[in-house]
Amino acid sequence: MAIRMTKPWIELTPEAVKVLPGQLGVYQLADPEGHVVFIGFAGGRSLFGLRSELERALRERPASATRFRYEVNQQYTSRYRELLMLHVADHGTLPVANAADPPTGLGRLAPR
Amino acid sequence: MNLEPTEEQRQIVASVRRFVREQILPLEAKLDPDASELPKEDFDRLTAMVREMGFWGLDIPAEYGGAGVDLVTRTLMAVEMSQHRAGLYAPCYGVFGSAGLAQLYEATEEQKQKYLYPMLRGEKRGFFALTEPSGGSDPARAIRTRAVKDGSDWIINGSKVFISGADRAHFGLLFARTEPAQGRSGITCFIVDTDMKGFHVRRVVHTLRSSHYATELEFEDLRVPEANVLGEVGKGFAIANDRLSRQRIPYAAACIGVAVKAQALAIEYARQRETFGAPLATRQAVQWMIVDNEIDIRTSLWLTLAAAHKADNGQPYRMEAGMAKLVASEAGGRVVDRAMQIHGGYGMTKDLPFERWYREMRIRRVGEGPNEVQRHVIARDLLGAGLR
Repeated sequence: MAIRMTKPWIELTPEAVKVLPGQLGVYQLADPEGHVVFIGFAGGRSLFGLRSELERALRERPASATRFRYEVNQQYTSRYRELLMLHVADHGTLPVANAADPPTGLGRLAPR
Repeated sequence: MNLEPTEEQRQIVASVRRFVREQILPLEAKLDPDASELPKEDFDRLTAMVREMGFWGLDIPAEYGGAGVDLVTRTLMAVEMSQHRAGLYAPCYGVFGSAGLAQLYEATEEQKQKYLYPMLRGEKRGFFALTEPSGGSDPARAIRTRAVKDGSDWIINGSKVFISGADRAHFGLLFARTEPAQGRSGITCFIVDTDMKGFHVRRVVHTLRSSHYATELEFEDLRVPEANVLGEVGKGFAIANDRLSRQRIPYAAACIGVAVKAQALAIEYARQRETFGAPLATRQAVQWMIVDNEIDIRTSLWLTLAAAHKADNGQPYRMEAGMAKLVASEAGGRVVDRAMQIHGGYGMTKDLPFERWYREMRIRRVGEGPNEVQRHVIARDLLGAGLR
């Protein structure tokens, strides 16, 4: 299984968000250059799952995000942490919009 | 054998029950349904409260600052501590403290200063790395990670899988083969620091237990000094096995606690939910599920208390601990499954804790030694040590 998210980016627009599934999962937001600026998850308390989370992203535009991609994933908690650890492994830091409120006790990965 | 709780034990159980209801459940209601950690300020506040109650460090020997409770009392407490959504793998979110790697109590004083005491103070985290891609239930044969002597150091190459907490740990216990031709006497335990060159956490292993994930490790020419051998060279198998039986007792108790809570919710729901003009509780099909739950819970509880009682009295208890783990993990799964069935559609949702318990309880039949291995060990005790 590929551990990095490699799906193509989708423009963060009301039309794109409207058709998202109401399922659990993880997502990434990116700036116009494709740099990941935020990693989040739609958990059991998200009203309409990924759709609700991306609607919020659309309203709040963390770090001026313009694109997104997502994975439907029941293991959203471990996948979310994995994606954050991968970002740190690849770039040395958390995504800019995660850095202000990092999850407690984030571990370290050294992927191949 | 009298397993009726003493007055003191009843009071302790009542205190823990009140703590779970008044402190844990309200906080948990605000967390993600898969969360296994409290926000730091809540964790610190509740830990201080538990210390004040005198219960912090339940599994830590009294001489190291632990609560020093006997195993029967520990079992009764564990049954209460696990009666919430995250309770199976994160009872009370860890605010009662953890013994961490109990094998370190056998370490040298120098090793204790560097690893054990910081771990007990909560300054360092450790991991336990035994299982490999080639297997975990039979480490004497399955371990392929190799340690080769190089001057006064050891060079370790190999991999481990299903290792909890390695990505967040400062150090860990790593079991490697130092004598390829020998089985269990060819295994040595090393204490490795996670910042040593050649130590890699390669990936997260996603399982049913979403928030308490496992990891896969790889060691590439990991150089470990001789001073980091725990115990003696070739005696790692005994270290790996040490305390395993003891750990199975609170492990079983957590299964029972979740089952008790699932049963309480099922009874409450069966009394209030009406179908075809009468409460579910009046339906024989539901009554029998509730009766079977109670039998499963009590069978597991008595077996687990009996194992704890033997351990407290210095009697051999390996077989009893294996039976407790086996019966409680299987019974717990059945109880949660029936409670879900009684709750119908709501039982499947993340609004209620059952779906998490259902996923995590499934792991309990494999964790701490698969139940088939427990049966194997019990059979060996019953039929004779020569049986393989």
